[in-house]
Amino acid sequence: MSKVYPTATSALEGLCVNGLTVMSGGFGLCGIPENLIAALRDSGAQNLTVISNNAGVDGFGLGQLLETKQITKMVSSYVGENKEFERQYLGGELELEFNPQGTLAERIRAGGSGIPGFYTKTGVGTLIGEGKEHKEFNGETYILETGLKADLAIIKAWKGDAEGNLIYKATARNFSPMMAMAGKITVAEVDEIVPVGSLDPNFIHTTGIFVQRIVEAKCEKRIEQRTVREA
Amino acid sequence: MAWTRDEMAARAAQELEDGFYVNLGIGIPTLVANHIPGGMNVTLQSENGMLGMGPFPTEDEVDPDLINAGKQTITTLPKSSFFDSATSFAMIRGGHIDLSILGAMEVSENGDIANWMIPGKMVKGMGGAMDLVAGVKRCIALFDHTNKRGKSKFIKACTLPLTGQNCIHMVVTDLGVFDRAPGQQRFRLRELAPNVTLDEIQAKTEADVIWT
Repeated sequence: MSKVYPTATSALEGLCVNGLTVMSGGFGLCGIPENLIAALRDSGAQNLTVISNNAGVDGFGLGQLLETKQITKMVSSYVGENKEFERQYLGGELELEFNPQGTLAERIRAGGSGIPGFYTKTGVGTLIGEGKEHKEFNGETYILETGLKADLAIIKAWKGDAEGNLIYKATARNFSPMMAMAGKITVAEVDEIVPVGSLDPNFIHTTGIFVQRIVEAKCEKRIEQRTVREA
Repeated sequence: MAWTRDEMAARAAQELEDGFYVNLGIGIPTLVANHIPGGMNVTLQSENGMLGMGPFPTEDEVDPDLINAGKQTITTLPKSSFFDSATSFAMIRGGHIDLSILGAMEVSENGDIANWMIPGKMVKGMGGAMDLVAGVKRCIALFDHTNKRGKSKFIKACTLPLTGQNCIHMVVTDLGVFDRAPGQQRFRLRELAPNVTLDEIQAKTEADVIWT
């Protein structure tokens, strides 16, 4: 059974059901699986819970799924830069669960590693700690956070092979390696599928056991803050 | 004359030490990068997954896969490394980052900070700020001493939802510098900006601090 799919649409075939919990990689618009997000939108799947550090921008990235009102709940650390998100949230159409960024990353890492919960200092004494179990270790207070899993993880990598081995480029890596582990099914979108054996095993970031499907697709890679200096 | 934003950043940069790993928040703290003393080896961490942040790229060098936590395009340095978000926050939460310099809406006299949420307004989220103040060894808050209506932002108790409790070790504002040693409860005035009088800073500070 090959892991390689010819298109983003075919790579999501049979996976996009209503009520799905989806993890989507990326930080801002950097390292988002653009083509898989578009394919998820086109599938028409409704009532999605989306776990992603951010919510895209208006009309791009996860903003596309907000426009079509396919998302009912977001789990994120930061959701600025999105007017449609704001409108739906303030209108009560969209549920939002904020997680501190490190807590979010660790919850996903834990979920994918068979760790149901962990204690952290982050959020103690804030709204984030309210209602959560508190415990002292060596005289310091920590709160219990739970691991996160998803029915589907869609991620973006630089190069991958037919075994599902992946390497990421620069800061486009961010949440994707943990999400690959936490998805029951993980679909990776890559800039380039390379022959098995051409990636150096010493430098593989995500090993193929965590990746069930892979597709090569061209990305726009939109930049949010193009900041340059004089040459 | 109170300090300008750039002068505030320059003052905060005096707290850097050779060999430090530092995370700079968005806004005025970003300017601290321009004031790292020559010859000092300071490594900047960007919580989206990079150590050794380089300068902004030239037009030819722009790479959409290479950004900082403010989503600005950046470049690498010879010492740079990349990692995933869990590793990035292992550095932050595991106490491996020496110094965090971050902006604030309010700081209280006992070192609480609020900088992520104004109730009733659209909430954008805390990003990595709660992790930073909970995990980094030393946190400096860099902010304007008063708000637009002239009200003190260095106050008795934060009125906004907290980012973290008892976690700020130094306050640098446009009017002066306050700090407290580890384990010390109260802040002490360390420095006045040029031509700022003790009367002025006292009048604009609601927090109970040690003035002498």
